[in-house]
Amino acid sequence: MTWDWGAVADFLPYFGKGLVVTLEALALGSLISFALGLVWTLLMRAPTRWVRWPVGVFTEFVRDTPLLVQLFFLFYVLPEAGVTLSPLTTGVLGLGLHYSTYTMQVYRAGIEAVPAGQWEAATALSLPVRRTWTAVVLPQAVRRVVPPLGNYVIAMLKDTPMLMTIGVLEMLGRARLVSQQHFQFTEPLTVIGIAFVVVSYLASLLLRTLERRLVR
Amino acid sequence: MTAGLWKIILQGVGVTLQLLVYSALLAAAMSFVAGAARTHRSRLVRFVAGLYTEVFRGTSALVMIFWVFFVLPVAFGWQLVPMWAGTLALGLTYGAYGAEIVRGALAAVDPAQREGGIALGFTPWQRLRLILLPQAVPEMIPSFSNLLIELLKGTALVSITGMGDLAFSGNLVRLALQQSAQIYGYLLLIYFVIAFLLTRGMRGLERRLKAEVAR
Repeated sequence: MTWDWGAVADFLPYFGKGLVVTLEALALGSLISFALGLVWTLLMRAPTRWVRWPVGVFTEFVRDTPLLVQLFFLFYVLPEAGVTLSPLTTGVLGLGLHYSTYTMQVYRAGIEAVPAGQWEAATALSLPVRRTWTAVVLPQAVRRVVPPLGNYVIAMLKDTPMLMTIGVLEMLGRARLVSQQHFQFTEPLTVIGIAFVVVSYLASLLLRTLERRLVR
Repeated sequence: MTAGLWKIILQGVGVTLQLLVYSALLAAAMSFVAGAARTHRSRLVRFVAGLYTEVFRGTSALVMIFWVFFVLPVAFGWQLVPMWAGTLALGLTYGAYGAEIVRGALAAVDPAQREGGIALGFTPWQRLRLILLPQAVPEMIPSFSNLLIELLKGTALVSITGMGDLAFSGNLVRLALQQSAQIYGYLLLIYFVIAFLLTRGMRGLERRLKAEVAR
């Protein structure tokens, strides 16, 4: 086995650029998945099954099929429909859409975990619907929702390398580019492998601190 | 789409299923070994198993695939057949997630069951095999079912290395036909059908295992 520290040094500036793009995709993808997941959850609570059924089938479909193929779909089909987006935008949309089908389950579980007595008490006090949600249900649901949402952010971090396939130069894309130029695969790929472990470990520490704050 | 192009897709389905079966077997083996090792008496064994799960859960499956395909041959001189390289990368990565499922299910078995085993003079191995696992395994099935779907989605990643799985053959057909919406629509549908059948199968397995424990 040969290990060349010079190759690591050569890669570092590109690594920094890649890391920024990875974190950018992660942040935007998370925001989209949080918002869109909430939309799915609310639609699934619609009174008519004509809304619930199509939303249920669609989200199940997105959840059970590979993100990679979904990215290809968005990247090649949207331009045919006349929508031209940058690779990063397409990738962020794909990540957000895919993970929104997971966050919707988190929201649903969080809302369902609020005891029925809380709803009944709100009705007994004849609170308006708005206050029932903002003052009674949501404050209790948020506490249950944050830890699993955080886990999905960490899972999404590990799916960001897929954006490489549609031409986004995030960490893995940079590593591949540099290794193909210099014919040195070992160092760049190992560096980003370690970087993923480190970033997801730091993220899980951050998440644990956040959880402790919320429980208090 | 012509018959010839469908044949390419079908070959891709074959490769995907083959990879799915092999990597699921490796992942299952890794989950039980590493998951049980985390309850071992020896601190060293617990540490090694913990290190394995943390490292493989921490890194990205795609990065792992790249590493196995491009770094192993250069750095260690191990050039694996693509099928085995894909199996190794996927099996080890998803096995680390599975180890957490096994560990959690073993920890959830009533402590009195373990103590009963000790009182009856069972060896640790007998306790695990005869008392803990039969009760823990049915509880693991729903989580393993989800993990299996994640693994199925993960198999698409090997297409990037040029292995001829379903996603790869879909890309080939797209190059031939230039009709992205149709081809990728079919691909997603095929993956969905496989996932649906897997979920159904796992549900049946859970019912059977639960019935056996009750007996």
